[in-house]
Amino acid sequence: MKRITAPLQEKALRSLKAGDEVLLSGTIFTARDQAHKRLTQSLARRSKLPVALAGQVVYYCGPTGTPEHTVIGSCGPTTSRRMDAFTPALLAAGLKGMIGKGNRSPQTIAAIKKHKAVYFLAYAGCGALLAQFIRSALPVAYPDLGPEAIVRLQVRDLPLIVGIDCRGKSVYPVI
Amino acid sequence: MSTITAARISEAISELCLQAHWHLRRDVARCLKKALRRETNARARRLLQAIIDNAATAQRRKLAICQDTGLPAVFVELGQQARIRGDLNRAIQAGIRAGYTKGSFRHSIVKDPLLRGEPGVLPAVIHIDIVPGSRVKLTVLPKGFGCENKTQLKMFLPTASLQEIEAFIVDTVRAAGPDACPPYVIGVGLGGTAEAACLMAKKALLKDIAAPDKKLAGHLSALSGRLEKKIDALKIGPMGLGGRTTALAVRIEAGPTHIAGLPVAVSVSCHALRSATKTLV
Repeated sequence: MKRITAPLQEKALRSLKAGDEVLLSGTIFTARDQAHKRLTQSLARRSKLPVALAGQVVYYCGPTGTPEHTVIGSCGPTTSRRMDAFTPALLAAGLKGMIGKGNRSPQTIAAIKKHKAVYFLAYAGCGALLAQFIRSALPVAYPDLGPEAIVRLQVRDLPLIVGIDCRGKSVYPVI
Repeated sequence: MSTITAARISEAISELCLQAHWHLRRDVARCLKKALRRETNARARRLLQAIIDNAATAQRRKLAICQDTGLPAVFVELGQQARIRGDLNRAIQAGIRAGYTKGSFRHSIVKDPLLRGEPGVLPAVIHIDIVPGSRVKLTVLPKGFGCENKTQLKMFLPTASLQEIEAFIVDTVRAAGPDACPPYVIGVGLGGTAEAACLMAKKALLKDIAAPDKKLAGHLSALSGRLEKKIDALKIGPMGLGGRTTALAVRIEAGPTHIAGLPVAVSVSCHALRSATKTLV
């Protein structure tokens, strides 16, 4: 299986094809509904983002609380479609990768192609298993959002499937 | 007459939260293993194995099977001869808080649907049925919202054909597609009023999904069998990437309805169908 690192190198990103199974190591950031709303509002106001997203990978994930003696609780992907309304703006701002579950809107697929980004699928409904690939978790923004806060994760060999590649090709049948 | 204290109810609810989130239901585990046995697609097999491994990891490490620990629905069958000492509703909510705190389960509930606000673990939605006897049966169903969002209700005409009804149910699953963690368990509520149909659809998810539903009338049993075949034929498969199993099971609850209507509700559950039940005497 192919190993890749985050933030993604352009050459590695371009080599990924829809359906490829990869192991991701490096730094990613959790962000889901409310964080997306705030980030895009900041972009619209041209104010500074609390996290520099250019070149980064976001993970659509709201983990459980962290039980004692663990790095993170259960932390699987949430449904990506809910982020579609915000995704083109984040991609225009330099975001390069997203991790979630399920299909994306035609507008998001077009934006992925336009900005040469990539969308990965994580094992859906396997939050306890995926927690084993997380080496550290550090909250970095929006703590008032609880599980929807932005958290910086260090991951090691996180198993992913390329859902939509930088040419806009999807692993799913066209919707 | 039996007396059941609020403290016992809280304790039971707290235990049920931990059991539901840490231990995958045996019938669900059996259906997943069966799906793995009959799967021929290599990737679908790997994904089913990951789902099975996830349940084992959750149990061993005391981690929630899924990070979406849901908006718990609590079903109470309250024996009309039972006497509760204390406040039943408060006891249930206190039990949810205790269980969710102990398990470090997610704060997923916002107080106001429009204003949102900082999420917490309360309140659960409580459904109480008065039943004969003196027992109190408690069930916690903490369903995640990825699949809860795929719920559908349609008020059919009383003259609707079975084909139209089947098509609606199958289309609901087709629309959920890869998004809500397939392979799915589908709960169907037929009849009643609009809200009763939705409640029946959700209660159908509490039935054993590995054993035949022997209490179900013959025509409904045949319907669930046909629906399972039609949903599998969608070939959505594990994670929506194709495979032989899209429906781990279809379960049906039906009830009397009005001459002018035929409510049909579909409750879609992800593969991580979690619930736990305890009876207090």
